[in-house]
Amino acid sequence: MSALASAAGPGFPYAQCHTCRLVVAIPPVAAHDAHAALGCPRCGSDVHRRKPDSLSRTWAFLIAAILCYLPANLYPIMSVTSLGRTQADTILSGVVFLFSHGMWPLAFVVFVASVVVPVLKIVALVGLLASVQRRSRWDPRRRSLVYRVVEAIGRWSMVDVYVVTILAALVHMGKVAAVEAEAGAFFFGAVVVLTLFAAESFDPRLIWDVIEERDEQR
Amino acid sequence: MRWVGCQVCDGVVEEPEVPDGGSAVCGRCGALLFRRRRRTVEITFALMVAAAILFAVANAYPFLAFEMQGQVTHTTLGSGVQALWEQGSRAVAGLVLFTTILSPASEILLLLYVLAPLHFGAPAPGAVVAMRWVSRLKPWSMMEVFLIGILVAVVKLADMAEIVPGVALWAFAVLIPILAGAAAFLDTELVWRRLGEPA
Repeated sequence: MSALASAAGPGFPYAQCHTCRLVVAIPPVAAHDAHAALGCPRCGSDVHRRKPDSLSRTWAFLIAAILCYLPANLYPIMSVTSLGRTQADTILSGVVFLFSHGMWPLAFVVFVASVVVPVLKIVALVGLLASVQRRSRWDPRRRSLVYRVVEAIGRWSMVDVYVVTILAALVHMGKVAAVEAEAGAFFFGAVVVLTLFAAESFDPRLIWDVIEERDEQR
Repeated sequence: MRWVGCQVCDGVVEEPEVPDGGSAVCGRCGALLFRRRRRTVEITFALMVAAAILFAVANAYPFLAFEMQGQVTHTTLGSGVQALWEQGSRAVAGLVLFTTILSPASEILLLLYVLAPLHFGAPAPGAVVAMRWVSRLKPWSMMEVFLIGILVAVVKLADMAEIVPGVALWAFAVLIPILAGAAAFLDTELVWRRLGEPA
């Protein structure tokens, strides 16, 4: 790790600190290696021009998330016992329950958070990865927006995990009434965490690298 | 002359002059570059003091009580985690503990530690490391998502039994907008500058 000077500008080789966002000038030796780790002079974090192994790490997290996605939806996330009857709830049956009880706004929020968001995140990240690997030049601005949306909405999928937690804490009266977390909750939590990691390890600047190369060739 | 970079597309521009309360957006990809909040240290500190008190209340008191056939159970943030742990869902318990208690609590405490001394001019020892953790923990604090979780839980139980809101629920309801406000008022670039930019 070497010390860096701050305040480079366009035309100079530079890198941005991921943590404090300082723009730092980088020595020519490091300029050719996009993944060389350097120390930020302001906050001390590692500075890379591009996140190391971004594509393979993002793929790894995504594939793991896709593998967890099926059990997350097929297994019940909780079992609800009421007056001796036990009933298993999956993610989808939870949404159906809210709809059938006429709680439209809440049903909509849960449907978006637990069904739409995870699928959308996985599809969007696979699309972004594929576009970078195919060196696509299609609308980089729109693809950057897709990434920003994916990054912002991911956390909302945690709603269902919290619902299970609250119900399990409130309802524990043996055979009269009890709620227990089931395997689906584990897998669903895993999908949320893995997609958060996937979004975090994807480097959106890769989208722009192809465009910049073309500009330089002109 | 200062340069600001876009974290999404890596474009770098000369820092634009932005009035207090305004924000700068990347001309190339449209992502937010920074928000300028000149009194960021004082305002965020005040909000964090409020957040710390509300967070303590939210943790100390039950947020819901459940009444069925004369039996009453209460739930606090911690008892939810405990219930999951005892049922053997330890990984999920850990995830909930981290995202609703550990991460928000650390974020609030670390920000207080960083901001209070900054107001008086000198950064606290280790403030740089503390601020680094603030930005690392940020995506993992999910109190606002937890609040929606409470609403859904209430609706699900409404048929089954009587649900009584507790003190902590009101603390939550005030805490969430305060945390959102603090996030909007924190000008991280100004804080980092005051924490020690070379030259």
